[in-house]
Amino acid sequence: MELLWEGLSEATRVLVSLDPLVLGATWRSLWVSSLAVLLATGLGLPLGTLLARRRFAGRSLLVLASRVGMATPTVFLGVLGYALFSRRGPLGVADLLYTPWAIVFGELLLALPITISISHGAVAALDPRIPFTAQTLGAGTLRRWLTYLSEARIGVMLAVLTAFARCVTELGIAMMVGGNIRGHTRTLATAIALETGKGEFGRGLAMGLILLLVALGVTLAIATLGRQSREPA
Amino acid sequence: MRRLLTSLLVGFAALLGALLPACKAEPARLRLATTTSTRDSGLLDALLPVFEAEARARIDVIAVGTGKALKLGEAGDVDVVMVHARAAEDAFLAAGHGVRREDLMWNTFELLGPPADPAQVKDLEIGPALRKIAEAKALFVSRGDDSGTHKKELALWKEAGGLAPWERYLETGQGMGRSLVVAGEKEAYVLSDRATFLAFRDKVELVPLVTGGASLRNPYGVMTVNPAKHPDIDAKLADAFVDFLIAERAQVIIRDFQREGERLFFPARLPAGD
Repeated sequence: MELLWEGLSEATRVLVSLDPLVLGATWRSLWVSSLAVLLATGLGLPLGTLLARRRFAGRSLLVLASRVGMATPTVFLGVLGYALFSRRGPLGVADLLYTPWAIVFGELLLALPITISISHGAVAALDPRIPFTAQTLGAGTLRRWLTYLSEARIGVMLAVLTAFARCVTELGIAMMVGGNIRGHTRTLATAIALETGKGEFGRGLAMGLILLLVALGVTLAIATLGRQSREPA
Repeated sequence: MRRLLTSLLVGFAALLGALLPACKAEPARLRLATTTSTRDSGLLDALLPVFEAEARARIDVIAVGTGKALKLGEAGDVDVVMVHARAAEDAFLAAGHGVRREDLMWNTFELLGPPADPAQVKDLEIGPALRKIAEAKALFVSRGDDSGTHKKELALWKEAGGLAPWERYLETGQGMGRSLVVAGEKEAYVLSDRATFLAFRDKVELVPLVTGGASLRNPYGVMTVNPAKHPDIDAKLADAFVDFLIAERAQVIIRDFQREGERLFFPARLPAGD
């Protein structure tokens, strides 16, 4: 119990004193995962719609792959990213290992199956009259797809939320391709791992609470935006 | 759908049922907090089964950094602590967290670096070598995780005239093995214990540049946690385990333990030259 109090009081202290290390890690967690989710949304929504609206060979296999891909362990993506970016790896020349960009890349791989499969599910479940209407009104492909996505916006928002929640809280990728370097690639998740590894459970708990607040705050913000975009019933 | 759920539930229940007997009362359990180096080197695998068979006990090893190992002892989460940070160990005893400390063994630290050795520190003493690295503002990887090795690194900087972290002094906040990987990838200097370096020798492009010398010795101690503070500590078993570790049999195991054809640890209780 006293450990919990220690964590709470430490969290308050860190928040009030604006501890620069914690703030830095918080900001890094935020921008890295936001960028990864943004990219995953830009790639995943068109792909999901494509899988929902077009028939082609291997389509159901791709749908299955994207669904199964949602269960990809982050540590595996971490190892994969390391193997790619290592000096002995195929992308070693890019010199991206132990930079925030490597974390963005890994988290993009984490978020992509989520955005693809959830948006695919949402678009595929649309009332068949919607595509029919769009077609008879003579909308072009781009217009039609935008219509599908906006009709399926609850599903789309869910995809973004889920992807962000997984990215901002993940540890395996950030630790392995980021390297937890102080002031450079340290995120909230890796900072928590470090503090508990040092036996500083109170500080670890404090940062855990901050990460919880960040994750809840951002998802709440996205969810609220999603509600407002609905036309008045 | 319902059938799927039912079969999932049944499967889960069956799995639980299969696991339950495994959690039943076991032989006496001893919890040992130690450093990652003793576990990762394989030394514990050579030592512990001997004691477990003798005392009919099971030892649960929690391998963490020295700092955390001591914290676990402080909280009474473990019965025995095996670490390598003499000053911190003495403080642990002085604060009444532990009741008994014994010298167990020692190994050595080495300053590693890229084969090109940009700061030209090869074969210097450790103090001048660190000074040259800082002057050259060369890449240096520090564990920065409050472990025994990290404490040792900081102590060496202090002896060398203080550490003023520069742009390319990187704190990884990770264990020895991972920090070696970072140093190898970054072509940086790093202080490592010899055991972990041997295990990683083929995996990283780092070479030993500064070795030997009394200041790079790394003594390990073993301590029993104070049972007066924590009623659930198995003091008798903990004492028996420490007795076993410093007796000749275990000391010979430590002496003869090799990795890659090299001795990693040197027993503290056997006559020198043995």
